[in-house]
Amino acid sequence: MDLSQINPVLLVASLMVAATPLLLAAIGELVVEKAGVLNLGVEGMMIVGAITGFAISVETGSPWLGFLASAIGGALLSLLFVLLTQVALANQVASGLALTLFGLGLSALLGQGYVGIKPPGMAELDIPVLSDLPVVGPILFGHDPILYLGIALTAAVWAVLKYTRVGLILRAVGENHDAAHALGYKVVRIRILAILFGGACAGLGGAYISLIRVPQWTEGMTAGVGWIALALVVFASWKPWRVLLGAYLFGGVTVVQLNLQAAGVAIPVEYLAMSPYIITILMLVILSADKSRAPASLGRIFHASH
Amino acid sequence: MIVLEKRPQPSQAWSYATPVVAVLATMVFGGLLFAAMGKDPVEAIRTIFWEPLFGEFAFYYRPQLLVKGAPLVLIAIGLSLGFRAGIWNIGAEGQYIVGAICGAGVGLAFYPHEAWFIFPLMVIAGAFGGWIWAMIPAVLKVRFGTNEILVSLMLVYVAEQLLASMSLGLLKNPEGFGFPGSRNLQSYDSAHNAELITGTGMHWGVVAAFVAVIFSYVLLKRHMLGFHIRLTGEAPRAARFAGVNPARLILFCLGTSGALAGLAGLFEVSGPSGVVSIDFNVGYGFTAIIVAFLGRLHPVGILLAGGLMALTYIGGEIAQSQLGLPAAAIQVFQGMLLFFLLALDLLTNYRIRAARKEVA
Amino acid sequence: MTTPLLSLQGLTKAYPGVVANDNVSFDIGEGEVHALLGENGAGKSTLVKMIYGLVKPDSGRMLLRGQPFAPPEPRAARADGIAMVFQHFSLFDALNVAENIALGMEDPPPMGSLASRIREVSETYGLPLDPYRTVGDLSAGERQRVEIIRCLLQDPKLLIMDEPTSVLTPQEVEILFETLKKLRSEGTSILYISHKLEEIRTLCDHATILRLGKNVGECVPAETSARDMAELMVGSALQTPERASRAFGEVALDIIGLSVPSPTEFGTSLRNVHLTVRKGEVLGIGGVAGNGQDELLGVLSGEILTEADAVKMAGQPVGRLGPTARRRLGLLSAPEERLGHAAAPDMSLTENALLTGSVRENLENRGFLKWAEARSFAERIIEAFDVRTPGPENAARSLSGGNLQKFVIGREVLQNPEVLVVNQPTWGVDAAAAAAIRQAILDLASKGAAVVCISQDLDELMEISDSFAALNEGRLSTPRPTAGLTVEEIGLMLGGAHGMEVAHV
Repeated sequence: MDLSQINPVLLVASLMVAATPLLLAAIGELVVEKAGVLNLGVEGMMIVGAITGFAISVETGSPWLGFLASAIGGALLSLLFVLLTQVALANQVASGLALTLFGLGLSALLGQGYVGIKPPGMAELDIPVLSDLPVVGPILFGHDPILYLGIALTAAVWAVLKYTRVGLILRAVGENHDAAHALGYKVVRIRILAILFGGACAGLGGAYISLIRVPQWTEGMTAGVGWIALALVVFASWKPWRVLLGAYLFGGVTVVQLNLQAAGVAIPVEYLAMSPYIITILMLVILSADKSRAPASLGRIFHASH
Repeated sequence: MIVLEKRPQPSQAWSYATPVVAVLATMVFGGLLFAAMGKDPVEAIRTIFWEPLFGEFAFYYRPQLLVKGAPLVLIAIGLSLGFRAGIWNIGAEGQYIVGAICGAGVGLAFYPHEAWFIFPLMVIAGAFGGWIWAMIPAVLKVRFGTNEILVSLMLVYVAEQLLASMSLGLLKNPEGFGFPGSRNLQSYDSAHNAELITGTGMHWGVVAAFVAVIFSYVLLKRHMLGFHIRLTGEAPRAARFAGVNPARLILFCLGTSGALAGLAGLFEVSGPSGVVSIDFNVGYGFTAIIVAFLGRLHPVGILLAGGLMALTYIGGEIAQSQLGLPAAAIQVFQGMLLFFLLALDLLTNYRIRAARKEVA
Repeated sequence: MTTPLLSLQGLTKAYPGVVANDNVSFDIGEGEVHALLGENGAGKSTLVKMIYGLVKPDSGRMLLRGQPFAPPEPRAARADGIAMVFQHFSLFDALNVAENIALGMEDPPPMGSLASRIREVSETYGLPLDPYRTVGDLSAGERQRVEIIRCLLQDPKLLIMDEPTSVLTPQEVEILFETLKKLRSEGTSILYISHKLEEIRTLCDHATILRLGKNVGECVPAETSARDMAELMVGSALQTPERASRAFGEVALDIIGLSVPSPTEFGTSLRNVHLTVRKGEVLGIGGVAGNGQDELLGVLSGEILTEADAVKMAGQPVGRLGPTARRRLGLLSAPEERLGHAAAPDMSLTENALLTGSVRENLENRGFLKWAEARSFAERIIEAFDVRTPGPENAARSLSGGNLQKFVIGREVLQNPEVLVVNQPTWGVDAAAAAAIRQAILDLASKGAAVVCISQDLDELMEISDSFAALNEGRLSTPRPTAGLTVEEIGLMLGGAHGMEVAHV
């Protein structure tokens, strides 16, 4: 075992990279849940985003177009969830599961010709002087643009929910859809938009895995990140900044266990690999006492009868 | 304009018709998908649904239906109890794995001793393994109110790592020349879940699946516990008012579904599969979710749905070898089926009609 | 005559199986308080939803100051000066007062200035409110204030109020009326929906009476007797329940010093509750909804467990027993919420009969269900309580509110309880069904059962109860004999005016 191989600066920098897919997916799901919808299909939307983003990047050579495509892909898949839950009024838990199962299959189908290919890279931010600073440089100024987009998105979601009328209406719909309807707000329309936003974010998160974090395409490569993102929203009590914190925490766990694996610690590889999942469970247990922040209409079916 | 109108009560006719319509719609859209991939859609659908039953090699495929269908039905029956009560165990895949590990572990511990009691002990161990794995989310939910969906799902990934560790470590075949995977239980008579009647595919897992269907049918139709399960799913507050103890119900539903999934894993590892290996699990635990919904959470429906889903597995394999249809296409096909089913379920509870012209 | 503010002409709206409004016409004048009177199910709610743009009429038209008026959605109605205070509040528990009010406005000012406007308006109209309090923590009266202020901030021309006094104490009603009179003097018209005749006689200038969706008459309430209006509203003379005079037996139910935290987030905790009911006695528990009624029922039904000694039946501690064990002993209950609590909406009446009847009606044998017996029990309920349904295989949700309520009460009454607890037994039920339910409760008491009747309807409690106590913020007042209680005294027992003040006119 050689722990001295682990470089703390690189560790923090790679933690941020590991956390970004989670952050993107979770911040999207947070908006969806704030609108009162529980979409358990995050994993499915992520993996579909991962392959569409990957395929388009490879075909066009542009990672930017790839990310754009991944957002569209995730949103398109979430449109199926919209049809099921907002139009056909199906159970949200079952529909979310269906989305995940379908998405896993679809991505495998789409990804057949892309196994073993290397995608075009995305240039990292390079600000003269700042990026070259010791310690601070690689951590704060040396990443790809999408990572910063994730943080910016978190800030934007926080500000919109807290300070704007759109945010207020979104929260109102999630709290009490009947009352929102009685006041004349278009509950279904607002929820559809929220679901599509969540789908796009999940798609971006998926593409971040296949284009930057790994970067290559393998079947089922999201490996439960979508589910951890769902747990993260609960863990964060539906607060954007706590999602960020949680994502970095989980990112940290992942990176540390990978580093320990590489350093050849005496713990078997499998037990290190299961640690992020076990820690997710522990976090859920510790935080499940605080249920108060869940939007009151979460997961309930809305049908304007009269 | 089209409006939805809630029916005064659920339509019986549609609740039977939706699965059939969903299967038909899936055939149509699945055909379109296959056509888009450059395959002959009619040929593909025929290969999937007809070939295993009545084709040239049906004598070989028909027993496979039982082999593939049994674990699906066994798991789906367990899941359906919880789903009816609004308790969402989606980690059956993990319980299946742990059941297989525990059952096989007990069997391998006796190797090479031959005795009649070894297999029954393995069955108990398999059920126990699945049960204990499901009790983790159950106890956490009862004790701390933790979300069982997320915990049970996380435990699938943990179980997969456990499986990897077992097949590379503790249960690795000492005479396996260093390859991962355990001894083959098929060649250890006392632990082998052999075919009961040669050439039929009928093994103890199939028997267990049928027993589970009957047990679940009686429970739901005739027993207070089954009534309470349904009541909890329909109206949780009314269930409390009726005297249902939610904690006990959670423990029962998750425990039962875990034990059944564990059994399915044990019968698989000691029979058709034979070895504990890294890629032992093939997604039965997730496909069983589709089976449960497709069967409308009804025991007899699940039996039929399990058969149908087994058919798509086998038909899919044939289509893979004969037409070069990728395995993932079948997965998409199965997912599509669940979509249509959920969407069409609307017709059970709502009537669709054209709205009258609005007065200006 | 000048142009009326709002003129309704031949409005008709049909739902499958029921014509909610059938060719309804009337006018609301400028600065007029116009009463819309009718029983539950007469079509009042549908009518106001059409005015507010939530529902579109099938035929007929509306004129606002002579101009055609057909709001496609509430936003449009609000823009035209229509404001509405809902019967079932349209508020968001987790948001604060100012956010709730902003949601009801078209162009709300920034939060800071909105908050100061809320303070200003609320004080002018004698309805004090803190803009930053979370709505879920407010009392029912305060929640109504939020709705009213939300409307007032829009300077409405027409204010619609749907059963506003059902959640208020008598003192609060008086203050509300002062506010409404002040609004009228400023020229605002008010459409006041109620089935309480005395209120309408004190407040309203004009009344339109609806029965089964039709306009069956108009009158000037001050010049019309309550009896005449009642007959127009109901269509026939009503039977008042008969009560046989009876002697009370031993103590059947006893609660001593009970304090329970509420199991739900915005619920009310019970604080040091004492009560005693004797055999043959009906104890009426009044109070505005949300003051601990649901919790009290839960404590008695066994859904909320307490210390063993806190609840006693005939001297025997039952506080740790669940609902089934209590039913075995003869303590039965009927919660307020019919769909989802007292009955499972999607299940058949047979299954719903089984829901509470399994123990006392012997509908199970070692856990196995006796469906034939359950069905015949359901049929007996349907028969004895005149529940209108094609048969026991129909789903509970297919029944009208009144019929389902008869089924729910009948289910418990037919099991011959020792103690029966009912919460809001006639809420949302038509007059005939309500009379039948009250009679059943009285008959049960005269056979020697002890009854606890929790209700917001003071008239109902005066009619059927022998003694009366009030729940206010989770505390129960000392029960007093009903005979001889005045409205004033009851009002004080209910907690008076909850710190409201009369409008500064």
